[in-house]
Amino acid sequence: MITAFAFYAFAAVLIASAAMVVTSRNPVHSVLFLILAFFNAAALFLIAGAEFLAMILVIVYVGAVAVLFLFVVMMLDVDFTRMREGFQRYAPLGAVVGAILFLELAFVIGAWTFAGDAEELRLSPMPAGGVSNAEAIGRILYTDYVYLFQAAGLVLLVAMIGAIVLTLRERPGTRRQDIAAQIGRAGTVNLRAVPSGAGLASLGIERPPSPEEERRPAPVAVGHDGHGGGHH
Amino acid sequence: MGTAGATTDMTIGLSHYLTVGAILLVLGILGIFLNRKNVIVILMSVELILLSVNLNFVAFSAALGDLAGQVFAMFVLTVAAAEAAIGLAIVVVYFRNTGSIEVEDISTLRG
Repeated sequence: MITAFAFYAFAAVLIASAAMVVTSRNPVHSVLFLILAFFNAAALFLIAGAEFLAMILVIVYVGAVAVLFLFVVMMLDVDFTRMREGFQRYAPLGAVVGAILFLELAFVIGAWTFAGDAEELRLSPMPAGGVSNAEAIGRILYTDYVYLFQAAGLVLLVAMIGAIVLTLRERPGTRRQDIAAQIGRAGTVNLRAVPSGAGLASLGIERPPSPEEERRPAPVAVGHDGHGGGHH
Repeated sequence: MGTAGATTDMTIGLSHYLTVGAILLVLGILGIFLNRKNVIVILMSVELILLSVNLNFVAFSAALGDLAGQVFAMFVLTVAAAEAAIGLAIVVVYFRNTGSIEVEDISTLRG
């Protein structure tokens, strides 16, 4: 009985927050209602007995995807009032399509039955007794479905590389460290015999050659004696 | 034990979950129609649709006692996360180039 009450409460909040995601004026509110919808869906998963998926939903969706949405909504400086312009115009069409779709789905839900041999056709039946949901999923995920697991990892890798490639940009004005140019410089480091007791006042301050001076390699290459100091 | 949660409790059955999933799917599709200009809300509607799919997978998995449905729901989650990342990256790049995220402008990309 308490399960039924919890189910109806979570389902009601889920549907209400999903409606608010769709109809909210401010996209930031939409993202926050999306987070609420994910939490309630996780609660529904818990009621259905899928604890591992419920935790994955909270961690991956609320922790990563919804926060990513929040970042993007807040980062883009968009005039969100103009975004609402087509709202009234498309509302009747959307309502008609949604009503037809929901009617069809209601027909399907009212009419379907399980196949007679559905019990025998199960791919990986739940283990009986004393095995938690996460452990049962772990047992089959790394054995029977290991190739699919690797493929999922590959999908995430491609998505990561794609997102980086799409958003990385080279700005012309930025200064970056060019290690090859640093190592390739000539004449900036040299060895000198410094007499003991001599200070900067008698030696002079060694300054690196200016870039114009470096472009002309001829006077630099003459010798170390002639370079780098003022007086000898 | 998780398998007994939905099946032994007679008040909440498979059809309840399927109804919630159907309503969620219709709301997601309605969101795509309503927010024709805002790509970000359209992506959120796609997330809602995928969530309804996951709800159906989990409901059937619990009703049949078959863990394959939950494994498949996890792959749906993976693909949804990848789709959100790529979609938002495209939105950011498009906004950087043109200064708007309206779908009607984006449709001029074709051809």
